[in-house]
Amino acid sequence: MKQIFEALEKDARLTPEQISTMTGISVNEVKKAIKKAEQDRAILKYKAVVDWTKLGEEQVWALVEVKVVPQRGVGFDAIAERIYRFPQARSVYLASGTYDLAVLVAGKTMQEIAIFVSEKLAPLETVQGTVTHFILKKYKEDGEILEGGEGIKRLPVTP
Amino acid sequence: MSKSKSSHIKLAYSYISEKVNTLPPSGIRKFFDLIASMEGVISLGVGEPDFVTPWQIREAAIYSLEKGYTMYTSNKGMPELREELAKYLQSRHGLSYDPDNEILITVGVSEALDLAMRAILNPGDEVIMPDPCYVAYPACVALAGGVPILVPTTEENSFKITADDIESRITQRTKAILIGYPANPTGAVVPKEELIQIAELAKRYNLLLISDEVYGQLVYGVEHTCLATLPEMRERTILLNGFSKAYAMTGWRIGYVVSSKDITGAMTKIHQYTMLCASIMGQMAAIEALKAGDSEVQSMIREYDRRRRVIVKGLRDIGLSCFEPKGAFYAFPSIKITGMTSEEFAEKLLWEEKVAVVPGSAFGQYGEGYVRCCYAASLPEIEEALKRIGRFVERYRRNKV
Repeated sequence: MKQIFEALEKDARLTPEQISTMTGISVNEVKKAIKKAEQDRAILKYKAVVDWTKLGEEQVWALVEVKVVPQRGVGFDAIAERIYRFPQARSVYLASGTYDLAVLVAGKTMQEIAIFVSEKLAPLETVQGTVTHFILKKYKEDGEILEGGEGIKRLPVTP
Repeated sequence: MSKSKSSHIKLAYSYISEKVNTLPPSGIRKFFDLIASMEGVISLGVGEPDFVTPWQIREAAIYSLEKGYTMYTSNKGMPELREELAKYLQSRHGLSYDPDNEILITVGVSEALDLAMRAILNPGDEVIMPDPCYVAYPACVALAGGVPILVPTTEENSFKITADDIESRITQRTKAILIGYPANPTGAVVPKEELIQIAELAKRYNLLLISDEVYGQLVYGVEHTCLATLPEMRERTILLNGFSKAYAMTGWRIGYVVSSKDITGAMTKIHQYTMLCASIMGQMAAIEALKAGDSEVQSMIREYDRRRRVIVKGLRDIGLSCFEPKGAFYAFPSIKITGMTSEEFAEKLLWEEKVAVVPGSAFGQYGEGYVRCCYAASLPEIEEALKRIGRFVERYRRNKV
């Protein structure tokens, strides 16, 4: 079963028929397993990894470190939820170390992100402080190297 | 002695040795020049992974260069590498070999094979091997003064060599049995019970077993049996292996041989005069490969398995009979329904559809009627290649009356 999802994770466009060929698991079994994974939210969604800069689109990303005061009974969960409900927060992680929440924020301009951090994030109750790091360049995204992959250098025929 | 007008002096006779003169050229190389001149070719003609060596291994080699590891090593190979190998053989196969006397690091399995032949063969000694087989097997035996004795293997028997077929070819001059499973070019695997029968033959007739297990890690849904693990075979086996295939390290040229102290010693003697040692960069990389463990190897194996299923089903859907390969990264479909020889098939397929495969006849007489398709290529490439092969076969099947 793991094989099904490993194949899908590499290429979400594979059809159940293709996956069945690759894994030797019947088409019906594959369909069932995928459906169940979708229902259980083991598969969250299918998406493309897009290099927006190549498409000429301006997009700004920032990693915002957030230091918060955990609350009795709910720990970090309540404040994390307050933050992840903002669509600008694209990923939210609880991290060990000098800060608590790592928030990846995306926006059209630096200004947009600055406003989000200063007017939405920072003033939240229990947020003690934020440090905003603007992303200067993306090298690798979701396991994919964005520029200058390695290419195949082998000869066309070898023993 | 006659002289031509050009600067070339025409020699009255060939200075090339008879042994080399009579050696047939590799059927694979012939093909190579043809392809080099073409564009847009999808190649299923390779014998190596399409993965680049895992970064962790490359990074360790780069670091070793920065630290100045650029000199000769011990003839036998770096002690650390031999020790790591001894540990690996112990943990993977339960085999215990002495890193000081029973392990030799070579320049790929190719050198190990050559050394093994030169170390054991007297002129006229016979070595039994399957047909089709890897191109270097008969050549190395012949170059070492021996006589290759080819045992036909067939698709009906999944290209496995059998103990009975071997036994019927044993003579007073038989010195060794040379096998390499999982096999290049067929992808065949021989199950343990049948290997035991071959091992018993070796014992009964007092023969050596030379086992090329470079594809040993690349098996799908079956267990690989290392020949040296069979009862009483440790002393009788010359085990050849290397890093090229499983770790995607073909260009590093690091192989190894493990055998008894006597045989490894004899091979080391030749190696020290002819090769001195394997490259230190490659050896440093190999140490890292062994230490890094095989999680990346396992993920490559799972990827090969997916491609294997796609190509075998695709070839069968086209109407070509293709036995199920259980190891290596080759499919070996029969192209007999086209009525062409395998060389014709490969050449026409290349010209008309720009797909490169290797004619089975390059691997021996009994490879005729088959082509080797390497599935160490990306899935989209495999799918496109299958489409083109399908078109091609359809065209010629129809034309055939």
